[in-house]
Amino acid sequence: MNSKPAAPTGQVRPAPEDRRGFLKKSLTLSGGAVAALAGAGVARAQGDPAILKLPAHSTGLGQPVAARGYGMPSEFEKNLQRRESPGLTRAGQSSVAFTPLQGLFGIITPNGLHFERHHQGWWDIDPRQHRLMVHGLVRESRIYNMDDLMRLPSVSRIHFIECGANTGMEWGNVAVPTVQYTHGMLSCCEFTGVPLSKLLEHCGADIKKGRYVLAEGADGSGLTRTIGMDRALDDVIVAWGMNGEFLRPENGYPLRLVVPGVQGVSWVKWLRRLEVGDKPWDTREETLHYIDLMPDGLHRQYSSVQECKSVITTPSGGQVLLNKGQYNVTGLAWSGRGRVRRVDVSFDGGRNWKEARLENPVLTKALTRFNIDWVWNGGPAILQSRAIDDTGYVQPKIAQLRAVRGTRSIYHNNAIQSWLVAANGEVSNVQVE
Amino acid sequence: MSRWNNAKLVVFALAAGACVQAAAQTAKPLYPGVGRAATNAEIAAWDIDVRGDLKGLPPGSGSVSRGETLWEAKCTSCHGSFGESNQMFPPLIGGITPEDIKTGRVAALAKGGEQRTTVMKLSRISTLWDYINRAMPWNAPKTLTADEVYALTAYLLNQGNIVPDSFVLSDKNMAEVQARLPNRNGLTRDHGLWDTRGKPDVSAKACMKNCGPEPRITSSLPDHARGSHGDFVEQNRLFGPVRAVSLSGGAAVAAVTPPAAAPAADPAQALAVKAGCMACHTAKQRGIGPAFAEIAAKYRADSGAENKLMAKVKSGGQGVWGNIPMPPFANLQEQDLRTLVRWILKTE
Ligand code: HEC
Ligand code: HEC
Repeated sequence: MNSKPAAPTGQVRPAPEDRRGFLKKSLTLSGGAVAALAGAGVARAQGDPAILKLPAHSTGLGQPVAARGYGMPSEFEKNLQRRESPGLTRAGQSSVAFTPLQGLFGIITPNGLHFERHHQGWWDIDPRQHRLMVHGLVRESRIYNMDDLMRLPSVSRIHFIECGANTGMEWGNVAVPTVQYTHGMLSCCEFTGVPLSKLLEHCGADIKKGRYVLAEGADGSGLTRTIGMDRALDDVIVAWGMNGEFLRPENGYPLRLVVPGVQGVSWVKWLRRLEVGDKPWDTREETLHYIDLMPDGLHRQYSSVQECKSVITTPSGGQVLLNKGQYNVTGLAWSGRGRVRRVDVSFDGGRNWKEARLENPVLTKALTRFNIDWVWNGGPAILQSRAIDDTGYVQPKIAQLRAVRGTRSIYHNNAIQSWLVAANGEVSNVQVE
Repeated sequence: MSRWNNAKLVVFALAAGACVQAAAQTAKPLYPGVGRAATNAEIAAWDIDVRGDLKGLPPGSGSVSRGETLWEAKCTSCHGSFGESNQMFPPLIGGITPEDIKTGRVAALAKGGEQRTTVMKLSRISTLWDYINRAMPWNAPKTLTADEVYALTAYLLNQGNIVPDSFVLSDKNMAEVQARLPNRNGLTRDHGLWDTRGKPDVSAKACMKNCGPEPRITSSLPDHARGSHGDFVEQNRLFGPVRAVSLSGGAAVAAVTPPAAAPAADPAQALAVKAGCMACHTAKQRGIGPAFAEIAAKYRADSGAENKLMAKVKSGGQGVWGNIPMPPFANLQEQDLRTLVRWILKTE
């Protein structure tokens, strides 16, 4: 804790030890300083100036309607931004921007904070010029424009998307400080579009011989991934809607694939082509990347499913608790294999566990919000969460994953996350055994 | 690239329930008025994929020496002369032995430690061909001819000692090269992560009370790394149940006043991002190219700098700052080019 009692701000909380002396002193401070302290819950004898002195917004005229044609978050929310992990990549067009999970509520990711991962930069494509081609082992190869696609029967479904490399920096040891960087290649939206099965049906796909579908993007990378036909016919969506509006350009405007439960790279953005074939394609993102290196030197190819995982988002690394007492410990759980059945939380590094409350809705292959009450006694604690999905699979410890997969696989790290709460309230990223 | 329109048809049937629909489909067309048939020319224009079994490979050929010339002209700026550069991306070449070519398994991958280069992981020759064809050069993808892609692939294989200097790669001998790839036997699909119904490889138990020994912290961030991701105060809310740990007390105090609206983005900067300049340049730090501040300082006293640098960016070139070349930006409008160079020369 670096902040000094001499610099109270309402932004940074002094450590509990400092705080006691600080409270006494604050009684003699000038009005301005006390106003600053009110945010930290400190009041003078007469009462809180935030109540006693009416602010401008109670005594003046506010802004008119439509002052901002597209509404924006409050200025006070500007710290919650997508951010790059310094040094992770070398050029912004082939990089990742992480979602600030530490400040989000519920299960829906706001569109402007959805994580980004591009291979060759993003584009804002004119939807009137965008085409989707479906061909290969089909009765008739077809071209659809956006007008066509939006006439087809659509569905709206909430699903999480997680990059296969999420938490990948932490395979060997703790590498990054906050949940934004440990888990922020994770988002969850309501997607609207036409089920891929309908398009395949429309084109007369040969689903006996054609056991695979290739999806290709229209950007420079022309990113390609193979989807299994069983997956394609199950719950895959060719989507244009995202949380009630159109997809954002960074997320594939105007068309992307949604492959529930499967790692983000398969959710091809700026989708231009679907080809039905009798073999998987072995594309670059299937033979050189998104392959998991095992201890014997073999790479696992086509590792696609995001297994059951959870993380506490508040309190989490880089945060500091205000003082002893009540906290709502909150986090996210998800499984690429189905619904989250239960989440347990430990405050002692995994020796004892309590069941957390799951908030509705609890949906298949979607983020699920969990909450649990905790009274912090001011001593050190290690917070963990452990999710169990409806297949009975239990989220493993990092040591259990390493025993099978080693430490160099980059992808598919779904280990239990540990946050150390120090006696001064500071939370940091640790791994425990 | 072969067409499947004439392939023997199997009636599309999802599941028992969908058969009813399939039957209805023969009576009435499904979704009438939606979409249209693709023309052969359209399919040929987009169906560029080359599969692991080499389906889709177009006819053509290219020699190692032609590949070398092309590489120097179009690829060195980002990947280095021999594909060894680490600046843009982990190196393409290095880390394999003649023994690996015999066994088809790159021994260094099991040992660990060394950086994983592209040739070390490469298990399908089709991947290299297909990816160069669709995505490279990075700033001008899909501009290479098939023969050029063969030549560049041959050059990279030669740099990896997989084919000799005199080699000519073509659609006829790609399969032979596949049989020499150092990591051709290096992939496995034997795991439960392909389908959502697959069997997991790790099975944990959900113990609730007095589980295992007292936990021991095995890893935490060293103090010097805590600031590696910026000040947490700028990445958390200013109110609520928790605050950010402040790594620099001063910055936290300055944040008391509500944040001012972000200054409007400089149009020249937006242009630089759009034109791809920021892939290699930054304002202050040398990347693949010199920092803009360095460029501004160098030409401060040079009145002819503006025109000279415009010409340089348009045609590309090397030698002023080192031996990495800048690729040409021949398609930039004169007006934009001037805006960019003026802006760069003003960098403090
Ligand atoms: C402007 C910089 C730039 C130029 C010029 C360029 N590349 Fe690349 N190359 C990249 C970047 C960046 C990546 C990684 C892209 C990604 O992250 O998806 C890459 C990736 C590759 C890869 C894949 C490596 C792997 O392991 O996945 C190959 C092969 C390649 N380039 C070949 C070429 C060839 C051949 C040329 C010349 C025709 C070329 N590149 C020109 C920047 C460049
Ligand atoms: C692929 C990497 C790359 C990209 C993209 C790139 N540059 Fe460069 N740039 C370089 C390199 C390398 C040099 C140093 C060349 C030399 O030593 O002569 C350079 C040098 C320069 C110089 C100084 C030239 C001189 O002779 O002193 C200017 C000005 C410049 N770049 C502007 C631009 C602008 C404007 C863009 C975008 C339109 C751009 N660069 C995009 C790599 C790049």
